[in-house]
Amino acid sequence: MSGRINWFKYAAPQTFYPVARSLAAGFGILAALFCAVGLYIGFFVAPTDHQQGEAYRIIFIHVPAAWMSMFIYLVMAFWAGVGLAFNTRLSGMMASALAPTGALFTFIALWTGSLWGKPTWGTWWVWDARLTSELILLFLYFGFLALQAAIDDPRRADRAGAVLALVGVVNIPIIYFSVQWWNTLHQGASVSLTSAPTMAATMFAGMIIMAFGFWFYSIAAAMMRVRCIILERERGSEWVAQLIRSGA
Amino acid sequence: MLDAAGLRCVRGERTLFSGLDLTLRGGELLRIAGANGSGKTSLLRMLCGLLAPVEGSVRWQGEDIRRLREAFWSQLVYVGHANAIKDDLTAAENLAISCALHGQGGTARQLRAALERLGVAASEREPARVLSQGQRRRVALARLALSPQAPLWILDEPFTALDAGAVAIVRELIAERVARGAAVAYTTHVELDIAAAVALRIDLGAGLR
Amino acid sequence: MLETLRWVVYRDLLLAMRRRSDVLTILLFFVIVVSLFPLGVGPEPAMLRTIAPGVIWVAALLASMLALGRVFALDHADGTLEQMLLGATPLGAIVAAKVLAHWVVTGLPLVLLAPVLALQFDLPQQFLGDLMLSLLLGTPALSLIGAIGAALTLGLRGGGALLALLVLPLYIPVLVVGAGALDAAAAGLGAGAHLLLLGAFLVMAGAFAPWVAAVALRIAHE
Repeated sequence: MSGRINWFKYAAPQTFYPVARSLAAGFGILAALFCAVGLYIGFFVAPTDHQQGEAYRIIFIHVPAAWMSMFIYLVMAFWAGVGLAFNTRLSGMMASALAPTGALFTFIALWTGSLWGKPTWGTWWVWDARLTSELILLFLYFGFLALQAAIDDPRRADRAGAVLALVGVVNIPIIYFSVQWWNTLHQGASVSLTSAPTMAATMFAGMIIMAFGFWFYSIAAAMMRVRCIILERERGSEWVAQLIRSGA
Repeated sequence: MLDAAGLRCVRGERTLFSGLDLTLRGGELLRIAGANGSGKTSLLRMLCGLLAPVEGSVRWQGEDIRRLREAFWSQLVYVGHANAIKDDLTAAENLAISCALHGQGGTARQLRAALERLGVAASEREPARVLSQGQRRRVALARLALSPQAPLWILDEPFTALDAGAVAIVRELIAERVARGAAVAYTTHVELDIAAAVALRIDLGAGLR
Repeated sequence: MLETLRWVVYRDLLLAMRRRSDVLTILLFFVIVVSLFPLGVGPEPAMLRTIAPGVIWVAALLASMLALGRVFALDHADGTLEQMLLGATPLGAIVAAKVLAHWVVTGLPLVLLAPVLALQFDLPQQFLGDLMLSLLLGTPALSLIGAIGAALTLGLRGGGALLALLVLPLYIPVLVVGAGALDAAAAGLGAGAHLLLLGAFLVMAGAFAPWVAAVALRIAHE
């Protein structure tokens, strides 16, 4: 099946709208599948850890969620940058669609990190470099969401959000290393949530599968959300009026 | 020569105008007319480069103003709705800074002469906050008396808050400048005639006339 | 161009001089915030000595952030900012000049006042130099980074709180390294490495922030 797909055709919100639905459905099913398998491995198949007991199993959610929170920010910044550079509307909408999911995973990572900390180290929160950086990442997501919420004009909201997301992306490594430095300076015996037990192959497989599951979920959620954003932004146009009339 | 092609303006969800073309050459006077909310200010801002049009482009001497940037802006005098006057600075200081920003040198004598032309020289040393609205508008427009070289003037409702005397002065300034080869685009709610060899008019909502 | 930039700095300094009370309120805020901490955590000298660098740095950060309301908002309100967007000088350079004037008026006084406040916390005198130096390098970086936030939130409702949310996470590296400089000095390691890093932050911020803020200002005017 050769033939040149005209990718730019899909850069128009109107053409992308139905595509997003199919993508959402497809990835949603994949997500459910992968998460089910991942959770099964994590909670039933992987061996019990000698030091941490059953409580460690939360890393099957914590670590993939943390990976996703970072990854989504990068993708969001990428689409925001594309929108800013090429003035395409759909890219900005994609960035806005991804942000809430990214914030959600960051929150899950923090929450599960806390749940892991309590039985393992005795405290609900540990100021280790990774968790602290996740917390700051959550603030960056909230900043993006708040800025877009505060701006009425969608064009300005997209572009301002894009600048913020790009500034954030550049700052994330700086923030991470500063926090690392801060951590090593202040803590003698470092109590770290990242000193995970050496990985058995099954554990690693479980985390990777969960990561893919979360990734597919993110795509599905972003697709659903972008459809809503498209409808909202384009509500004055003819094709949306058509859609409403035909009762879709 | 300023020319715009295919401009489209969207405010909120409404398209105010689309497919708008215009050409303005040196020595021509363009009046942009239209009811409130028809997009006059938006059009002027697009011509200045403050507002990026949803569709279409604006060119100065054949080149896109978005690429020209400062090269275009150094040839433009824009007076908007806001006076762009700092209340805490005197009229003379305000004018001096305005000139510096736009790369025009201005000796103290030239500044005073400009303020005199607009009839506010007496308040030269007072902070602008003690001036009335009309006087502040005169100070804002004093830039026009100082810009003999600028080939393009874009004026958004320059006559607002001015009394009859000031209106006459500004009309004169505009007519002089057009006669000397500048291109001037303006909007106004005040019905008046300004002498110009070529006078164009665009009615938003009715197309170019 | 340099002539124009000198005018911009002169103008902003002149305006600040004519509204001295605005500037003094920010200084007072700094002093009050620092004074709140002993009231909150107790006057025990050993503990105050330990928290002093952090407290002073956090207070400087908050005061710096509060001051950001002055850098663009006033010019935006009366239309002078719009004219800067249409100036013959690149907007990035104008922004840099404005931030410089802004720092001289709101940041430099913090640097000068900090040792006095540090004495309130009984910070040993040999560290006062490092404290001032760290703030001298850090506060301009904060002003530069903050200018981006101020430009993005120009004219928006949500005001100071929104600006804080955007800007405080970006301030964190400067805070960590700045306050860390004093901890390193206290631990006998010398503040040199931290100060160099602060210098690096300042240079990076100086190189990039004005241009990013200029882009944000144009976006805010569309």
